[in-house]
Amino acid sequence: MKPPPFDYHGPVTLDEALGVLAETGPDGKVLAGGQSLIPLLNMRLAAPAHLVDINRLPGLDTIEAGPGGVRVGALARHAAVERSAAAAAVQPLLGQALRLVAHPVIRNRGTVVGSLVHADPSAEMPAVLALLGGSVRLARRGGEREVPAEEFFTGPMESALLPGEMAVSAFFPALPGRSGTAFRELARRHGDYAMAGVAAAVTLDDDFRIAAARVACVSVGPVPVVVDVTAACGPRPAASVDWDAVAAAVLDRIEPEADIHATAEYRRHLTGVLAVRALRDAAREASEDPEASDASDASEASEASEGEEGA
Amino acid sequence: MNHAITLTVNGVVREVTVPGRRLLSDCLRHDLGLTGTHVGCEHGVCGACTVLLDGEPVRSCLTFAVTVDGHEITTVEGLASGGGLSPVQRAFSECHGLQCGFCTPGFLCTVTAFLRENPAPDHEEVVEAISGNLCRCTGYQNIVKAVHRAAEIQAEEAG
Repeated sequence: MKPPPFDYHGPVTLDEALGVLAETGPDGKVLAGGQSLIPLLNMRLAAPAHLVDINRLPGLDTIEAGPGGVRVGALARHAAVERSAAAAAVQPLLGQALRLVAHPVIRNRGTVVGSLVHADPSAEMPAVLALLGGSVRLARRGGEREVPAEEFFTGPMESALLPGEMAVSAFFPALPGRSGTAFRELARRHGDYAMAGVAAAVTLDDDFRIAAARVACVSVGPVPVVVDVTAACGPRPAASVDWDAVAAAVLDRIEPEADIHATAEYRRHLTGVLAVRALRDAAREASEDPEASDASDASEASEASEGEEGA
Repeated sequence: MNHAITLTVNGVVREVTVPGRRLLSDCLRHDLGLTGTHVGCEHGVCGACTVLLDGEPVRSCLTFAVTVDGHEITTVEGLASGGGLSPVQRAFSECHGLQCGFCTPGFLCTVTAFLRENPAPDHEEVVEAISGNLCRCTGYQNIVKAVHRAAEIQAEEAG
């Protein structure tokens, strides 16, 4: 089908865009990559009166990788972030997750920040932001605010973004030294939304025992479900963890629903299996971290710059 | 409200006036008469409408024409130079990489861009590259062969 009619706005500065959003309020919708929004329009599931196309705004296609993490601008396409060696060096989970987002052609156009604002609980990037404890910067006419991930995702396809606001960037923090990450998911067809998926982050101590472990689960709740499994995992080396107990700790926290793609019970089963695989992958990656000892120094420096990022 | 836009389509500057909601796929087909770009699902799943935007493959059904004002578009009509077929088109012909042909323009655009980035792909890379294009006739086997053959032809021509 074709999109319903709307008034199109093509601002060329951020101030102009925020002005239009302030004036149109709840009737205004931002268009970035459009890979989620335009299908909704074509299927007539959304009908905003005003569309504010931000593709002409300068300076928003940025990928800034520093010791504290990676800040991604609102027009950075999935493909650009996926290919960024600088971003991968600071936060490898970005690339690991982006390879699972839809198809390569969709990733040429879709944006990371757009995925976050779309807030689909089956999507990868909201889970990544939630797992890492990142944040989204929201601008409005006359100000901006930084919203942490745990407050940003408020329900299925619902975020803390208010009428008149626009997400201008997102911040994905780095992990401390001797950390590893992984993303495992299962979909019926390549590129589909996953029936279940798990992002994991593991940090080892100096004796290679698990000092911290977290997962974020997709497709099993209204928002990405973050579970801290440090107590179930550690402090033990990965080889002697009771992984069945870890899976049980994750399953305690999820309440998946059934749909045409999978029953609730099957999603639970998959989530348990994928959580263990992702955590073991992440623990292996952490143990292979070649700059483990140097990186712990860098992480102290990174906390300071993270504070600046959040300001 | 209508918008006057300028697109460079297959190397030719085209001026056209479109409503904001005109999809690039419909702009190409209806406003510019380039019906080689096919429209299947209109929600980004089938890949039949794939065109090259500034050289990168994108879904023309998930792009508004007005958004890409001033940019370069290559459609299936623009893949070959001169009167012949492009290496990718020749490979699809040789390997019988199509039956009804509806999905073919999207495959040709996707594969053309893919081989530019990865001129000697392995089997897994080929399968991933075309995973966003649906074909309901061939079962994909001959399409995969055609991608490898296209890589060969391009290597031969370059050498």
